[in-house]
Amino acid sequence: MTNADALNLTDESAAWKLPSRRKVAVACLILSETAMFTIFVVAYLFYIGKSLTGPFPADVLETPIVSTICLLASSLTIMIAERAFKRESVGGFRLWWAITILLAAIFLASTAAEWKRLIVDHHLTISTNLFGTTFYSLVGLHASHVIVGFTLLTLVLILSLKGSIRPADGERLEMISWYWHFVDAVWVVVFTVVYVIGR
Amino acid sequence: MVTANPEFPLTGPVASPSLVTRLHELVVTVDHKKLGLMYIASALVFLVVAGLMASVIRLQLAFPNNHVVAPDTFNRLFTVHGTTMVFFVGMPIVAGLSNYLVPLMIGARDMAFPRLNAFGYWMFLFGALLLFFSYIGAPGLSGHGSAPDVGWFAYAPLTGRAFSRGNSTDYWILSLLVSGIGSLASAVNVVATTFSMRSPGMKLMRMPLFVWLMLVVSAMMLVAIPPLTAAQIMLLLDRFVGASFFDTQAGGSAVLWQHFFWIFGHPEVYILIIPAFACVSEIIPVFSRKPIFGYAVMVGATVMIGFISVSVWAHHMFSVGMTSVGNTFFVVSTMLVAVPTGIKIFNWLGTMYGGKIRFELPMLCCLAFLFQFLIAGLTGIMLGAAPLNWQLTDSYFVVAHFHYTLIGGMLFGIFAGIYYWYPKATGRMLSKRLGKWHLALFFIGFHLTFDTMHLPGLLGMPRRIYTYDPGRGWEIFNLISSIGVAFQIAGIACLAWNILRSVRKGEKAGDDPWDGWTLEWATTSPPPEYNFETVPVVRSARPLWDLKHPEDPDWKYE
Repeated sequence: MTNADALNLTDESAAWKLPSRRKVAVACLILSETAMFTIFVVAYLFYIGKSLTGPFPADVLETPIVSTICLLASSLTIMIAERAFKRESVGGFRLWWAITILLAAIFLASTAAEWKRLIVDHHLTISTNLFGTTFYSLVGLHASHVIVGFTLLTLVLILSLKGSIRPADGERLEMISWYWHFVDAVWVVVFTVVYVIGR
Repeated sequence: MVTANPEFPLTGPVASPSLVTRLHELVVTVDHKKLGLMYIASALVFLVVAGLMASVIRLQLAFPNNHVVAPDTFNRLFTVHGTTMVFFVGMPIVAGLSNYLVPLMIGARDMAFPRLNAFGYWMFLFGALLLFFSYIGAPGLSGHGSAPDVGWFAYAPLTGRAFSRGNSTDYWILSLLVSGIGSLASAVNVVATTFSMRSPGMKLMRMPLFVWLMLVVSAMMLVAIPPLTAAQIMLLLDRFVGASFFDTQAGGSAVLWQHFFWIFGHPEVYILIIPAFACVSEIIPVFSRKPIFGYAVMVGATVMIGFISVSVWAHHMFSVGMTSVGNTFFVVSTMLVAVPTGIKIFNWLGTMYGGKIRFELPMLCCLAFLFQFLIAGLTGIMLGAAPLNWQLTDSYFVVAHFHYTLIGGMLFGIFAGIYYWYPKATGRMLSKRLGKWHLALFFIGFHLTFDTMHLPGLLGMPRRIYTYDPGRGWEIFNLISSIGVAFQIAGIACLAWNILRSVRKGEKAGDDPWDGWTLEWATTSPPPEYNFETVPVVRSARPLWDLKHPEDPDWKYE
């Protein structure tokens, strides 16, 4: 009898449950992303009020109420879409998933409009002063995450319309929604730091 | 009648695959064992390359007013040497060992994400090649620069556009950015594998300590590497689009870079040393014929090191002028690291105490590791005290200290791992005679070089200087340090020859040459692609002990 054979004799293998590897991996990813955002947030906080020249945040920033409401609401709509998916209601899933995408698109569009206003009207670029440096990098880092999420959401919708998403893919969708909730949570921090504390 | 399929001949000798086929196999493989060995082999190649760079540095410093290389070449040498050793020797060895051993030790057939695993390896290799390509690529169109010359921690404002022209710093940034993504991929994979791929009965507190330590290392990577990535992105923005994060003339802060770098940098040194702890924690019990002393405490101490490691970074920055509160905090947190580390050393000693010690090669490495790491820890405590640090910082004392941890500690632990698991990976034993030559030569060389190096540091010799005048009392120590290098090179040559030769000519190892207790020794050497024919079931922390001693199994006492 070799070592490998004999190891197999006991009966503990029944009722052996382990966490899903997908969930562990996405949790790890979110942990790393949190560490990265922390550094950018710290840099932003550190440089508040240290710009040598204008424009300063108080002069040019406007609180993005609508886009914030849209992004936070998209966390709810993606949850509703997931519930619909679990009930196997394909129509409901597609509807709420599409609404989530729409809300993400509104957020991105309003960020684009804000940046255009700052760059064209107020001549604030990343190289103007420390406010420009930290503002565009922190908000831009978050926006790039929204773009990644937007792309993932759109891909899922296309696949769903093609009929290639099966009930077994539930956990994959759940992972996308975890990521999306994370992006939303980061926005709460970015919003507080940039538009509340930073002004 | 069975018709013979030309691709799967039923009879006749199987032709050994051509070189192209085998190389192609390496490029497309997602097998954790092949990737693990590729990581380790690449790391050893870079170890030799960066080691030769260090030899040139020592040659330059052997005599006062020496001019073996030009000053700017010297700056590139120590930068590329440091960067390579940390990111392209240390990190891939961590990834390689965990890749090869974690699935085998927990009774899994592969990592949780095999393709992500391959992705991680190729990102690491691409990053490493970017660094070395800088010698050719960095001058670019402007004709300025060559390999990076800003030191491995690249302090601002050296990295600013004004002071680092050409693209050398950009290559340094991109190289670390890319290989950092690879390291993250590997870390995510190890964590997911440990949590989700354990064989039935392999509870967390039954895992081999090696797996526990690799889990902690991977978790540390998850929180330590992203700050570096963030700082690198900021530096790229500074250099390419005119941002001013680290540009003091626009109000930016050069000290902020130091904080961001060391928030990564200090956990990083624990990321490098803990895999050596992992090897030692497996090897000492097997060669003392006793289970590890204080398993649960060892796990706790490692987790504690993981947590403390993220709160000590500014002990690299005492001389920068922080507040006394800041200094005190970082002195205390640094001293705190000595507690879990001390626990580990005492537990290893406790494992050996009263054991039936077999002085095989892996155990000899562990013994050298134990007392060398102790000395390295003691100089660490000296440097962790802010007042002494003000005197010693950026001197050769610091250089001696961290080489003592990384060579005397990490590398000796890795040597132990190589001697211990080589039979598993290849099915052949390493030659004992060559191994003893390697250890003896390297041991002598290491102590000649690095014991002596503390002294010019105490006498005030700054690190990174190109050369020095005679008459400061540094000459003899520098000469002895440089002579030690010759012994180290001879030692490494013995190891390299041993590794290459024994693949074919080594004594056959069998499945379990050391009479081990963990699951990797339950399968064949080398293990088949699927690792285990049937997934093993585990009832205690030493499954193979249970198997070999059915009359007195461990699980009776759990």
